[in-house]
Amino acid sequence: MTVAAAAMPRRHDSLGVIRRIFGSQEMILLLAIIVLFVVVGSINPRYLAERNVTSIFLGNAYIAVAAIGMSMVIVSGNIDISVGSLIGVLATLSGSLALAGAPIMVAWLVPLIAGVIVTSIMGFLVAYLRIPSIVVSLGFLSILKGGLISVTSGVWLTDLPVGYHLSQMKPFGIPTPIYFMLALTLLVSMWMRYSGFGRSIYAVGGNAEAARLSGISPRGTVMRVFAIHGAFVGIAAVLFATQLSVIQSTVPPNLELTIITASVVGGVSIMGGTGTVIGSTLAAILLAAIGSSLIFVSMSPFWLRAVQGVLILLTVLADIYRRRRQALAR
Amino acid sequence: MTALEHETPGRQLRTLLGRHEAVLAFILVASLIVLATQTDRFLTTSNMLNQGRLMAEVGLVALPMTLIIITGGIDLSVGSVLGLSAIVLGVAWKNLGLPLELAMALAVLTGAAAGFVNGWFITRVGVPPLIMTLATLALYRGLAEGISKARSVRGYPEWFFKFGQGEVLGVPTQLWVLLVAIILVAVLLARTTFGRSLYAIGHNEVGARFSGIPVDRIKLSVYTFSGAMAGLAGVIFVSRVSTTRSDMGTGLELDVIAAVVLGGTSIFGGVGTMAGTVLGFSLIQLLKNGLALTGVKGDSTIIVIGTVLILSILVTNFLQYRHGRRK
Repeated sequence: MTVAAAAMPRRHDSLGVIRRIFGSQEMILLLAIIVLFVVVGSINPRYLAERNVTSIFLGNAYIAVAAIGMSMVIVSGNIDISVGSLIGVLATLSGSLALAGAPIMVAWLVPLIAGVIVTSIMGFLVAYLRIPSIVVSLGFLSILKGGLISVTSGVWLTDLPVGYHLSQMKPFGIPTPIYFMLALTLLVSMWMRYSGFGRSIYAVGGNAEAARLSGISPRGTVMRVFAIHGAFVGIAAVLFATQLSVIQSTVPPNLELTIITASVVGGVSIMGGTGTVIGSTLAAILLAAIGSSLIFVSMSPFWLRAVQGVLILLTVLADIYRRRRQALAR
Repeated sequence: MTALEHETPGRQLRTLLGRHEAVLAFILVASLIVLATQTDRFLTTSNMLNQGRLMAEVGLVALPMTLIIITGGIDLSVGSVLGLSAIVLGVAWKNLGLPLELAMALAVLTGAAAGFVNGWFITRVGVPPLIMTLATLALYRGLAEGISKARSVRGYPEWFFKFGQGEVLGVPTQLWVLLVAIILVAVLLARTTFGRSLYAIGHNEVGARFSGIPVDRIKLSVYTFSGAMAGLAGVIFVSRVSTTRSDMGTGLELDVIAAVVLGGTSIFGGVGTMAGTVLGFSLIQLLKNGLALTGVKGDSTIIVIGTVLILSILVTNFLQYRHGRRK
């Protein structure tokens, strides 16, 4: 590899920048989304109908929001597989508060705080008691899931008060989840790129020891990343809870895998240290668009997961191939 | 002794392992005693054997999972491989009209092939195991759903139920299968060059490569083995519940990983034993059953399992604290 790199002629800098932008995982995902919409839209124009496009964005915005927090956790070199269970618990908490007559604001904000508390405990176990995050979150998955079932027995929460359904509101004609998804993605990506703390997440994920030697506290960083992740899980849970007129007080199946998949397909390296939340949001949209497209190209929905699996694999392979070429070019 | 422990990491780790298994064995005995005093239906031979029957599938998959985690990898696709193998068994027998014996072999082979695909991409293309098996978790389950179109297969002949519901010498058949598998894999891990190589790869893969260990071939073989065992577990599962469905084994990966990690295998690789894994899945099954018998509602028993998982690692970490930091 080094020999090849030496033999390569040096590229012009401006060309390098363009190459970097077009060779990025984010750009690949954006192109994939556009290609998907064009191809499926030309087979069946109804795929591009406003109703369908809105439902793709609307129904999956909470996954993109949760994937933002997850991406931060993964960039810091950790993982949280309890996120699906936590969303289930917090959504039920939010709905129960609203049903109990708490002010709407309380029903929206308490899940956020509760989310931060739960993930802070996880962060503490990971950062200070040095239990691997996969073990901690596996344990929390069981505790949260079991706790939810034993407390609620999976009942449906109905007759939620008027004004509770945040996700169904449409300020300026656009549903609220889309605002949340776009605003949080942009804010967090800027923050992770330009703020000192944002950079330190990459530093800790890339090389915790080097980060420590350069004056960053890896423990403090991991602890804070988990706490912030909890807030995003809280927002995602409220968006999820207020999406439909009922809340089923169980853990949505496979939700943690969908969220982790969005982060990973978005280019967040599972080894830590690289990836952006723009990528994870684009990936969440792509995965949702793929899921929705099968019906429009009259493919049996039974093949949905197989197609998703192949596409995840293709994206990951494209990413590996791209990284190799960039390593060669460098 | 103390001086030696500080000098050689290998000895140090072995001491720690001993500790972790001791902690586990203590929890196991304590919960046996506590649960036995709560209900007289718990500590009976028939209940214990029946629990062994229920434990076999997780146990069979946990053995290769231990090997994989020791190399520093992970396999999240095992539940989906189990589902796919079960569907292949059903479809090959019912729809393709193959003899059931052949269909069973085909199911195990499918599992092995699924595991081989995982291993091939992980070793040859360099896809991280977590991502590769996350993708095939969706892919293999998707294939199972696509092939079966959500139809179940029933009506297997009587002799087939021998594996999942029958007994040999008064002990459930699959428990014998599990026992033989445990012994074989334990010997493989502790007494062969292959087994030692797994630890070497988990400790330092580059180092292992430079010392001439065929790292890729070994990793490829453990992932293939994992798939084959998931396939075998699938056949036993179908035999136990008399039917084939595409959602079989959903979530199995988490149960299995919980059992292996509870057993003291480090998720970072390089550390772990078969004894720990066996203690791990036995403890989970006993807790589930014992709590259910003492009146704890079905799924809420998993709260206890989650807590035990975190606490056991915490206690072990605490005990090893004076030995310095984890690697």
